[in-house]
Amino acid sequence: MAYSDKVIDHYENPRNVGSFAKDEEGVATGMVGAPACGDVMKLQIKVGPNGVIEDAKFKTYGCGSAIASSSLVTEWVKGKTLAEAATIRNTQIAEELALPPVKIHCSILAEDAIKAAVADYRKKYGEDDAAKRAAD
Amino acid sequence: MNPEFTRNHFELFGLPVAFALELEALERAYLDLQSRVHPDRFASAGESERRVAMQWATRANEAYRTLRNPLDRARYLLGLKGFDTGEESNTSMPADFLMQQMEWREAVEAGRAGDDPAALEAVRGELAAARREMQALLARALGGDRNYEAGCSLVRKLRFLDRLEEEIDDALEAASEGRP
Repeated sequence: MAYSDKVIDHYENPRNVGSFAKDEEGVATGMVGAPACGDVMKLQIKVGPNGVIEDAKFKTYGCGSAIASSSLVTEWVKGKTLAEAATIRNTQIAEELALPPVKIHCSILAEDAIKAAVADYRKKYGEDDAAKRAAD
Repeated sequence: MNPEFTRNHFELFGLPVAFALELEALERAYLDLQSRVHPDRFASAGESERRVAMQWATRANEAYRTLRNPLDRARYLLGLKGFDTGEESNTSMPADFLMQQMEWREAVEAGRAGDDPAALEAVRGELAAARREMQALLARALGGDRNYEAGCSLVRKLRFLDRLEEEIDDALEAASEGRP
């Protein structure tokens, strides 16, 4: 299958690969997996006191499209609030990377990963987390 | 006689609709049905009879293949109970399970990069143990417990293990062929 240039770029030069230190403040993790293809995706966000995502990292085991989708999402979420990050849709990812129909599930995995990370953050730090931490 | 497409795979072979299954009983029922509907027996029959026999044979093959494989059988049984295993759509799996998947994949990648068949075999051994454990849980969920949600979750996990095993096989093959 022919990958688009953008997929190849993210695949060959993935952005933000890795993990944050376990005890780093403001970090939340979203982990998802796709049973049918066996892909595993871990996406972490680091949220600043102002409620804005300062940094993001990912680790993905899967095909080029899955790696590119998660790499792209880590770029997109930086500078976004949690609420904004949660609105990222797989269709935007698929469009940006020009994913063929058979690879749409990779973009769904990336959307689910960022949603899971946001949910983990809210679970850890509370719903209005940022305001609370800013007040501390 | 028309292939009774309204009967499910279990009923087709006169087996109880259950996950627990004696493979020998399945085998016997399959061979018995196959011998009665084999297209060779209808070589001199009319075209419509031959077509019906062909449909029966195809139906019997499909049912046999599905029931013989535990994962396929579980998925099929859950479908009969009205449950979708969500293997194509459900991406939320327990974090500890996914962490384990990551660790295994890292080990497979390292084993492949280091051309280390022993390391790959070690992962395969761990995988086999995990699979046995999950299959036992699956038998309990679909048997006495009738916990079909848990059954769907276990099918998704087992599907994951199948994919990982394929990767290990591929890495081992690559190692034996001396390709990266």
